[in-house]
Amino acid sequence: MSSKNSIRTMPRYVAEVDEGGLGAVDAVRVSERKSNLWLDAWRDLRGRWMFWASAVFIVFILFVALFPTVFTEVPPNANCILTIQTQEQAEEFGLPIGTKVSNHGPIAGHPMGFTKLGCDVFSRVIHGTSTSLSVGLIVTLLTATLGILVGAFAGYFGGWIDSLLMRVGDIFFAIPYVLAAVVIMSIFLKDRNIWVISLAIGFFAWPSTARILRSEILRVRNSDFVMASEALGLSKARTMFTHVLPNSIAPVIIISTIGLAGAITAEATLSFLGVGLPNNVYMSWGNDISAAQSDLRTNPMTLIYPSIALSVTVLSFILLGEVVRDALDPKARALR
Amino acid sequence: MTSYIFRRLLQAIPVFLGSTFLIFTMVFALPGDPLLALFGDKTPTPEQLAALQERFHLDQPFFARYFIYLGDLLQGDLGTTFSGQSVNEILMRTFPNTLRLALLAVFIELIVGISFGLIAALRKGGIFDHATLLVSLVLISMPVFVLAFVAQFFLGIQLGWFRPTVGPGAPWSDLILPAIVLAALNFAFTLRLTRASVIETRQQDFVRMAFGKGLSARRVVPVHVLRNSLIPVTTNLAADFGILIVGATVTEGIFNVPGVGAELFKAINRHDSPEVVSIVTVLVVIYVLVNLGIDLLYGVLDPRIRYVK
Repeated sequence: MSSKNSIRTMPRYVAEVDEGGLGAVDAVRVSERKSNLWLDAWRDLRGRWMFWASAVFIVFILFVALFPTVFTEVPPNANCILTIQTQEQAEEFGLPIGTKVSNHGPIAGHPMGFTKLGCDVFSRVIHGTSTSLSVGLIVTLLTATLGILVGAFAGYFGGWIDSLLMRVGDIFFAIPYVLAAVVIMSIFLKDRNIWVISLAIGFFAWPSTARILRSEILRVRNSDFVMASEALGLSKARTMFTHVLPNSIAPVIIISTIGLAGAITAEATLSFLGVGLPNNVYMSWGNDISAAQSDLRTNPMTLIYPSIALSVTVLSFILLGEVVRDALDPKARALR
Repeated sequence: MTSYIFRRLLQAIPVFLGSTFLIFTMVFALPGDPLLALFGDKTPTPEQLAALQERFHLDQPFFARYFIYLGDLLQGDLGTTFSGQSVNEILMRTFPNTLRLALLAVFIELIVGISFGLIAALRKGGIFDHATLLVSLVLISMPVFVLAFVAQFFLGIQLGWFRPTVGPGAPWSDLILPAIVLAALNFAFTLRLTRASVIETRQQDFVRMAFGKGLSARRVVPVHVLRNSLIPVTTNLAADFGILIVGATVTEGIFNVPGVGAELFKAINRHDSPEVVSIVTVLVVIYVLVNLGIDLLYGVLDPRIRYVK
């Protein structure tokens, strides 16, 4: 307030407008390409093969998840047989009667062989994609929503609300989220589904998003353009939503992309530990890897195929997160 | 420094109370009969039910029960498993093995991660830099159990360099393979943090100054650059520890290490919820304490942090 008064009492000297020289520097060239953080980031991303490789692969995985039957006509769970008993089955598989299908190697129509229970590995790997991606996406949406709400409230209001929200975040942060999910899932023994497991993971994974957004808001709030927008008379809430939040959201996008990979890993880990999704309803790579571990010496491929699918999916999201980080965060680019 | 320690200790108290309360709530306030949920698919005998009623004071109101539980916890009484074993005894037996595994893993992770990160930073943009970044990406994207099986299958079974599973008594030599797997989880983070931090420190004025007064790289790199670059690496150990806890559960289960993680793994598979809850509580308390310790260490290493509110 006092600074405004002091300006009023100060004598003002207005320099003549300089038409050439410096004036040309200040002039805004309307015909020039627009530029902001997002456009710059997109221009950076466009020229990088790592971005295209991961993006194309992610689109491919999404397609597999949405339309698994395009890739395999074999149902993942039905028609699992341990040995070939009837003539019909012998003709279907092209194997003589009495052959053990359990842990059998690849044959025509079944390119990855069979699991211990005689199910088609390829079909299970293909159908497992949608489980992994659904959990990953739901968890990411959940953590991003909770994290943005808490982080924005804390950063916007500051004071005791900030302290309270951040201390609550500390408490949730103090429990490693996979460990918390283990406890939650061991209580939900009967009705486990994609929503329950996503909530169990996401409920403890949000504090890192909230922390990052809050610190970013605190940084951005001191920028000149925020002061300018407040000086122009915009309300605090309007400034927050139109200026501060859009300029603080970049780290959230980065951490969410990498968090999606983390959520997929968490689901597989929980299923591997035996507190994940029920084996007979959902195809989960973690379950399949867990089921195959007892035959690691004799039939390692049953374990290796879902492992490759899982690792490559996680890798593609991590790579995407990396290139997006490089594009959005100039400091990270300098370290490259 | 004293006020910093005091402030940090005060902050740890609500976190401890809150996290134990959360675990307690998760078990006893979620929908469904908590006792039946504890038993899962098993049917409890009336005696077991009565014993659990008694043990968890289910006749008392919710908050009173939490304080009884907290009192037991503070007195170091962690309860019993379904089979009647004392969780304290199980932890006393298994904890030393986990501690040895974790120490070995952190040792490998720090030695390899810091030295590789330093070399990558000093030769930024070179072949070694690119190769380590690529390897670290692959390691980050492999879930711990995949990594464990790959190591067990190739290094243990195919090449025969290590015993695929840990033998009785868990000798140090058998712990090397699981420790490598555990170390590999955090190796990538340590490596990248060291690399980024060294690159940043190298551009600082005091490093230019040190070179300017004629010191050799052999002196400047370890004393001026590396020592100042290790502060973020040290603080990151707290985050590493969370990954280490979950990683140890899986790794110990796969390699048959007789540790706390393997015990948790078995308890999960037996649906022994009281044991799961007790072990998770202990792990969370240790996690909070380790975080506290590392924060205090951070205050010692970087005096600026003590004055930040």
